[in-house]
Amino acid sequence: MYLFRYNLNNMIHQDKKFYWKKNLTYLSILLSIWLLVSFGAGILWADFLNQFRLAGFPLGFWFAQQGSIYVFVILIFVYVYLMNRLDKEFEVDEI
Amino acid sequence: MDDQIWTYLLVAFTFLVYIGVAAWSRAGSTQEFYVAGGGVHPVVNGMATAADWMSAASFLSMAGLISFMGYGGAQYLMGWTGGYVLLALLLAPYLRKFGKYTVPDFIGERYYSRNARLVALICALFVSFTYVVGQMKGVGVAFARFLNIPFETGVLIGIGIVFFYAVLGGMKGITYTQVAQYCVLIFAFTVPAVFISLQMTGNPVPQLGFGGKSMDGAFLLDTLNQLSVDLGFAEYTAVKKDNLLNMAFITAALMFGTAGLPHVIVRFFTVPKVKDARVSAGWALLFISLLYTTAPAVAVFARTNLINTVSEQRYEEVPQWFSNWEHTGLLSFTDKNGDGKIQYLADENHNELTIDRDIIVLANPEIAGLPSWVIALVVAGGLAAALSTAAGLLLVISTSISHDLLKKYLKPDISEHGELWAARISIAVAVVAAGIAGMHPPGFVAQVVALAFGLAASSFFPAIVLGIFDKRMNREGAISGMMVGILFTASYIFYFTPQLNGPGTRDGFWFGISPEGIGTLGMLFNFVVAVVVSRLTKPAPDDVQELTENIRFPRGAGEAHDITIH
Repeated sequence: MYLFRYNLNNMIHQDKKFYWKKNLTYLSILLSIWLLVSFGAGILWADFLNQFRLAGFPLGFWFAQQGSIYVFVILIFVYVYLMNRLDKEFEVDEI
Repeated sequence: MDDQIWTYLLVAFTFLVYIGVAAWSRAGSTQEFYVAGGGVHPVVNGMATAADWMSAASFLSMAGLISFMGYGGAQYLMGWTGGYVLLALLLAPYLRKFGKYTVPDFIGERYYSRNARLVALICALFVSFTYVVGQMKGVGVAFARFLNIPFETGVLIGIGIVFFYAVLGGMKGITYTQVAQYCVLIFAFTVPAVFISLQMTGNPVPQLGFGGKSMDGAFLLDTLNQLSVDLGFAEYTAVKKDNLLNMAFITAALMFGTAGLPHVIVRFFTVPKVKDARVSAGWALLFISLLYTTAPAVAVFARTNLINTVSEQRYEEVPQWFSNWEHTGLLSFTDKNGDGKIQYLADENHNELTIDRDIIVLANPEIAGLPSWVIALVVAGGLAAALSTAAGLLLVISTSISHDLLKKYLKPDISEHGELWAARISIAVAVVAAGIAGMHPPGFVAQVVALAFGLAASSFFPAIVLGIFDKRMNREGAISGMMVGILFTASYIFYFTPQLNGPGTRDGFWFGISPEGIGTLGMLFNFVVAVVVSRLTKPAPDDVQELTENIRFPRGAGEAHDITIH
């Protein structure tokens, strides 16, 4: 039996770069959705969207006061799922 | 039983629960005091974060604000939730991997500078203190209004409770008390909403109910739009097109401010692993969104109910709750045209009814004719919201003093035991100071909450994000960025806020951006200055770049670096 200090340097340089790049890709996709539902659908296009309806809600109003918040919650859980998978794949998950 | 007895019973009961939970979870080390030992389950941390986050203002004032703003109220709904996406994706996991106790810790080490730590420390203290004074005031108001206890005594009781569990338990005590407080406040907020939704639309889910049909077969929002237009107001759901840029700036300032507030960030230091920090932010937002998606429904129900109940009614025939609230001064009626009826109109010259926005949540159960225990519940919920936020803020203040100022700046050789006592003493002093300030709130308290968000957005957020995502970012860039961001934002707010004796007027707003939203511009300035300055000076030293590299990979967080291989 011996003690072994896990070292990030064990990871090949190439792999590290790839992991970080993948993370940045996920971030840009998810943050674009974040931007589109809140500042897009909830503010910038709200007036236009208000001509459509979701049950009794004008659509723009719904995005601003309900929909964007639901999307925010979903975005975080999607990111958690994606990153947990990525961490395992590159063996940087916590032991 | 009458309202008063119910209220006393419920408030006393919840306070006993908080004290009991605190006594059970005492802190024995600085690690327990600062970050609850780092072993908090992510769902528990999510719940505590939600209670920490939702203040007296979220609970008592937000629905009222929305109900008078209509569509525009969305800036608070999106602004105070959207920041959690930024937290979960850009900050929380990396700060957890970094694995220290405070935001100034990160700034100080990442930018290898005691001055940077000091700047961060002063910002953290300022932001947290202004915020906590408002909470203490909220406690006093709730007591004064519902229990007929003088305002000052109310604040004193609040001080006593927070003192007990924050001084004893530190982060550990606060975390588990906040879980209890979350349960109280969310129950208190949703129960009346469910009752009213059932009454008005037949749907028990308020989030769906306010988009549904009312008893007369018309969509509730259509009815409200029509009522609003009839009284001369804008349609409730209509977009105010000339205000969109300002609305976007305010929303952004609140989002980035949320992600930069020290008392929110520090909660993610308490979970065991990096992946827990990510998912914990998700749980926090889920728990927060329960209240934040209910609030706009409450706003619609209350406004419709209010207009239907009072508009064009004879003053002698108004229901009992109307005169109850008239006594508090939150509601007042002057019969301008002498016809004995209440005219509630958009036109100032003919409007006869003035309504304080806070009344929406407070009086909603009465307006809807709900039983008295529901009303008592709302009081207990408001107190839970105020106390939990106050405790979280006080902890940041005490940690800043005992850890960042004393241990890291003034007296590095202090023992762990000594530091723990310093932490307890500074939280005790902070509780009392906040209480005194809450009793005699400087007139600007309400205004400085906007300042708190603006400052957090324009100082901490860029410094932390660049510290993680830009390896080259150096001390010179970060400090000059923070200074420019803070100074610009603070001067704009002071200049354009009449309550702070600012000489500026609305016409002078840059691009029509109000002080509430200027933090966004300050943040952009911070980013630009930091990047430009860092590119003109020499990059961060190698060991710091290595640290930055290291926090990007989850493995090896916490003390458990060593693994044994058989």
